[in-house]
Order: sequence, then C-alpha cells, then structure tokens
Amino acid sequence: MRDHNLKDLIFFLGPPLLILVIFVIYPIVGTIILSFMLGDTLTLENYREVLFETIPLKALIVTNPGTSPPWGALIHNMVWIVIAVPMVVILGMLLAYALRKTFGSSFILGTIFLGMVLPGVVSGLIIRFMFDADIGIFPRIFALFNVPLLSHTWTIYPQTALFALILGSIWLWLGFSVTLYSAGLDSIPSSLIEAALVDGASEREIFTKIIIPQLKPVTTVVILMTIMWVLKLFDIVYVVTGGGPGGASTVLALIMYMYFASSLEYNKAAAVSVILALLTLIPAYWYMKMVLSGEKQ
Amino acid sequence: MRWKKISLGQILFTLLLWIFAFLWLLPFVALVIMSIKPYTEVILQGWWNIGGNYTLKNYIEVLANPTYDFIGGLKNSLVVATISTMMPIIFAAMIAYSLNYLTFKGKTLLFVLILFFMSVPQQMVVIPLFNLYVKVGLYDKILGIILLHSAWGIPWIAFFLRNYFKMLPQSFVEAARVDGASESTIFFRILLPMSIPALIAASSIQFTWVWGDFFYAMVFLPTPSNYVITQRLALLKGEYHIDWGLLSAGAILAMLPPLLIYLSFKKYYVRGFVGWGLKG
Repeated sequence: MRDHNLKDLIFFLGPPLLILVIFVIYPIVGTIILSFMLGDTLTLENYREVLFETIPLKALIVTNPGTSPPWGALIHNMVWIVIAVPMVVILGMLLAYALRKTFGSSFILGTIFLGMVLPGVVSGLIIRFMFDADIGIFPRIFALFNVPLLSHTWTIYPQTALFALILGSIWLWLGFSVTLYSAGLDSIPSSLIEAALVDGASEREIFTKIIIPQLKPVTTVVILMTIMWVLKLFDIVYVVTGGGPGGASTVLALIMYMYFASSLEYNKAAAVSVILALLTLIPAYWYMKMVLSGEKQ
Repeated sequence: MRWKKISLGQILFTLLLWIFAFLWLLPFVALVIMSIKPYTEVILQGWWNIGGNYTLKNYIEVLANPTYDFIGGLKNSLVVATISTMMPIIFAAMIAYSLNYLTFKGKTLLFVLILFFMSVPQQMVVIPLFNLYVKVGLYDKILGIILLHSAWGIPWIAFFLRNYFKMLPQSFVEAARVDGASESTIFFRILLPMSIPALIAASSIQFTWVWGDFFYAMVFLPTPSNYVITQRLALLKGEYHIDWGLLSAGAILAMLPPLLIYLSFKKYYVRGFVGWGLKG
C-alpha cells in the first residue's frame, strides 16, 4: 500500500463531506438542539407537551382510547408495524417460493414490484380509489356481502381509515420483500434440497426445515427495512386522509409536519422529529450491526 | 400417471399465481381505464365496463388547463430529479472510492456515519435548513431543493457503490498505481467505466425517489410556479369533490417518467434494490 498524500484525500473526501456537513450533519444537530430549546433555555418542556398533547389531530398518545381510532400517532405507527410487518414477511416469502418454478414468474415479480416505483402521491391516490364506495374494489366486494361498515368509503370513516392505509401500504411494499426473498432463494444451494428429497422429506418439511431457516438473514432485513419504511411514511397519509377523520389516521411524520407548517411551532416539530428518529434508530442500529459484522468475516 | 397429476396441479397453481398478479395489477388497470373514459360513464357504469366511449379529454384538460399547470410541474420535477441524480452519484462514488482504496484515519467512523445517515428520517433536517435557506436566499428556490436532494442521496449511494467496488477485482488498482497512474485517473478512467451497471442502478433508484418526493417539496417550495409534479398532483384532488377521470390522467402523467426508467433498466433497478438491502 502506498501512502496517500493529503491531496488525494482532500480531492476525494473534501467536496462530499462538505456537502454532508452543511445539509445533513448541521441540520441534524440543529434539530436536536431546537427540540430542547424554549426561548433561550434548555428544557424538556417541548417533549412533555408533544407527548401529552390531547387534541386528537396532534396527539401522539390518546389518553382514553376507544375501540376504534384515533389512538394517537405513536400508537397508529405501532399498529401499522404490527399488521404490516408479518403480512409483508409471510406473503413475500410464500410468494417468492411459489414463483420459483412458475411460468412467467419474472413478469409477475415485475408487476408486484411496480408499487416500489410509484411516487407516494400517486400511490396515495390509488389507495384512496381502491377504497372508494362508488368505484373502489374493496367496498364494492363488501357491498355484495352486505357488510355496511366496510362498503362505504373506507378513508373517510375513523373506524376504517387507518386500516385502508395499512392495507394499501402492504400492496405497495410487497414488491420489496418478494424481490429480496427471490434473491435469497436463488442463493440457497440446491444440493441442500436435493439431499433432503433423497432422505424422503416432504415439500412441507423442506419449506419449514430448510427454506425458512436458510432465509433467516433475508427475513431480518425485510423486517428491519419494513419497520423503518412504515415509521417514515408521510405522503400517502397526507394525500389519502390528511390524518383524519378527526385524527384517526395520523402518523408521527405527519404530526411533525403539522407542528411545522400549520401551527409554526418549530421546537415542538423538532421534538417530534427526534422521537421519530429515535424510533427509527432501533431497527437501524440492528441493521448497522448486521452490516458491520458481515464486514469482519 | 404420476407425472400427469403433478403437471395438472402445477398448471392450476400457475393459474392461481397469475390471478393473484392480475388482482395486484388491477388498480393500475382501473387507473388507465378511468383516465381514458368520460367520468360520467365511470360513475354510472363503473370502470370495469370496458365498452362505451373513450377519450383523451382528461389528459388534454390536465395538460392544457393553466390552473393545473402540469407542464410546469413536470418541467420542474425533471430539472430537480436529473440534477439531484447526477450530483450525488459523483460525490458518493468519491466516498466509496476512498473507503475502498485509500487509507486514512477514521475510515470505520465514516462508514458507520454513512450507515447512520441512511436511516435518519427526512424530518430530522428540515427545520434548521428552513431557517438557513430563508437567510441565504435558497428558500423557495429550485436550487435549494436540488442541493438538499443531492446531499440526501450521497449516503445510500456511497454505501451501494462501496459494496459494488468490493466485488470488482482489486488487482487492477494496484497495477495502475505501479504504472504511476494518479488516484483521480484510476477513479475516472478505470473504476467508473467498470461500474456502469452499478451507476445505472443507483441513478434509476435515486431518480425515482427524488421524482416521488413530496415532503421536501412541501417544505421548501411554497410558490406554485416552483411546484414539482407531486405537489401539482396532490392539488388536483379537491377537498370534497373528486374528479377521478382528471385525477387518474394526472396520476399516470406523474408516474410515467419513473415507470419508463424502471421498465428500461428493470434488471439493474431490481438488482440495485437487492444490493441495497442485502449486501454488507
């Protein structure tokens, strides 16, 4: 290895690091500081007010929640994760496995992946449309079965708005998980499966005893990435419901925007951002550890 | 007998998967149909009635009506997304090069920082940047949002390209150095040309993301003449009355550029996603 002189380092790292310092590092530090400021004093007041806010449109946690939303943005984000993550994992894995030997599988994969390509605003409009009482697919089907609660426009009723968004997000994000699982399946050595077949293992045993364990690293990545994606969701919520009706479908990223743009409470907006970032850091930390331990091997 | 039985089962199975794919695609199909039918027909007969009249009226209305100004939105988006794709690719490649081929103190720290920046939510940067932009005159300027998007793209592209550089044979860098080539020559003349598949993958994904951005645009571009296409489209949806014909035509126009990129570079695009998520 020859020694690199300072000139090379300045040439390669100077410009990009300068940009990162100005547009990423400085504002991150700035947001953290802002979140602790009230006037000229350092305080936890912003966090306290944001966390205990009771107006449903801005609440992170609703104090006496009913059986249907609004439950508060933080809870909505959690419900979203609890529903979407298992769906995305299970559907993605099964579908990738089923598509292995199917005619036209690359076309089907390409179709499912489309959701990943759409601008969020377009996705939002499609979700709004899928759950529209007059022309949407879901309400029309439930109308046939005479379920009144589910045959109206899902996105304008508090009981259904959040769940319409969650289902829509699964529709969008499945492409990510199927694609990763397909790549994961390709990398499982076929000798493993052949050996199991020789030993008389059934298709089901192969799936549960070989495929699922072999796919574990992929599953971890899918889970972590899905959690991060769900936490950061903004545009589909903004476009489809705007957090409504009555705060029944708010999420953290949207609350942050409301403090910022509607009520111009920058310190509170910063506090919500930090809460959101801390939550994102949990899966991110896990992911970073995975990447770094892969480095050492 | 046994062979026949399996193949029949497989045909049914394949059929089932195709039905699933069709259902998955159905919202897009509906969107296309609604965009080329008069809205009154859609309301009365449903978009699933393929018969009846077809018209390009919705598209013409969206493109020609100055209150919607879709042309302006498309133009702004094209400028923002194109420049915000090229800039971070170059800068990220320089970081990736340093991480792989240069020795310096704090290399691990830089790598960890890059991983950290990849996961930070957009909300974490807007308030201080908003204040800064107002002060220096970048607020409500296309340039301001281009700089932000470019910076925001650097971490993930650097990570992505670093992984790609790692897969390339390492000996050629040493060989070029022995021949007396400077680092910048190696970077521009040897490494970048070898990395074209990765550059295409990263560019396609970055372009799609910048094109689809709504949050940064809402914060930093408040004046209608500066609106990007996602803002234009969101505005098209009225608060109470929704004209789905108009809206679906608008949605299709807004998704066309990323869609075309995806279809043209599908192989790179999907591989890029896998590399981005899985590698490490």
